[in-house]
Amino acid sequence: MTKILTPTGEHDVAAHDGLWMSPVDAERVTGWTLKPEGMCRADLCVPLPASALAPNEVDLEAFWKKLGGPVIASEARDVWALGAPAEERNAALEGLEAPDFTLPDLDGMPRSLSQLRGRKVFLATWASW
Amino acid sequence: MWQALYEELKDKGFMVVAVAEESRGAEHARPWIDQAASSYWQLIDADHRLEDLYNLVNVPQAIWIDEQGRIVRPPETAGSTDHFRRMDLATRTMTPEDQADRLAARQAYLDAVRAWVATGAHALPADQARAGLPKVTPEIAEARARFRLGLWLRANGRVAEGDLQMAEASRLHPDSWSLWRQAADLDEVGKASGPEFWKRVQALGDRPYYPPPKL
Repeated sequence: MTKILTPTGEHDVAAHDGLWMSPVDAERVTGWTLKPEGMCRADLCVPLPASALAPNEVDLEAFWKKLGGPVIASEARDVWALGAPAEERNAALEGLEAPDFTLPDLDGMPRSLSQLRGRKVFLATWASW
Repeated sequence: MWQALYEELKDKGFMVVAVAEESRGAEHARPWIDQAASSYWQLIDADHRLEDLYNLVNVPQAIWIDEQGRIVRPPETAGSTDHFRRMDLATRTMTPEDQADRLAARQAYLDAVRAWVATGAHALPADQARAGLPKVTPEIAEARARFRLGLWLRANGRVAEGDLQMAEASRLHPDSWSLWRQAADLDEVGKASGPEFWKRVQALGDRPYYPPPKL
């Protein structure tokens, strides 16, 4: 099994030779669906080169790099991190809609920013260090 | 830290969400949260996801979000100042003048939050809010991915390899104090504010550690 870390998730996937995997697994990890036009999410499709496709398989590393996202592997290539593309982050922030997130409180209860719609929110970070 | 402000404003449609950027996890943050005796949300962000989403570089930083879920002030220093840089390191004290200035700056920031809640003051028009957003570069995006991988490797017994990824993350995103200080803290509690930290602060020269909010 190959471990893939995304900005909000952690997935165990049967991948080989890097990040070659089934389109089903690729969708589970990224939310993008393989269609004849390429990898698609909502009404956006990103065409893939023939070199990133095989019968019932897709090279997720090639796709993610085409999107402009960083792909980092551990030395043993058993753990990978797919980062959010810079342009995706910039576009989301420049739209000024506060990116939603879900994080646990001290008791492990998940809380989402979107639950606070209708109130002014002062969102502040801190740390012990 | 924000409890008095929250108590004062909570009935006026106001909420505080405090997020601990704390890769050692909830139990490490618990003593501070217990001491704060807060009734607003105190959330734990072990993976620094919020810093990734909002392109943050230090703590404390705050984002102001209106009733429609829109960012009305981009990430800014939340009430802290650079006076600590002039502190006497032997006695860990500031001059009375610096202490007074520091408190006044913090008070001015809290007053700005109060005015925002009362009248909408200090909420920026869209173009100004947008102009205040720092850009995510490909280097920053790569730094985030390396930091995430580094945290996972560290948490799974591959400490040396994790440290290498985190060091590379700091090299790619040198403006992030959080990436460097969190990695230092994971190496050893206290290291994030030790001699190496002060050397980095001195290397800033005329540049701010806590850029003042543009209120």
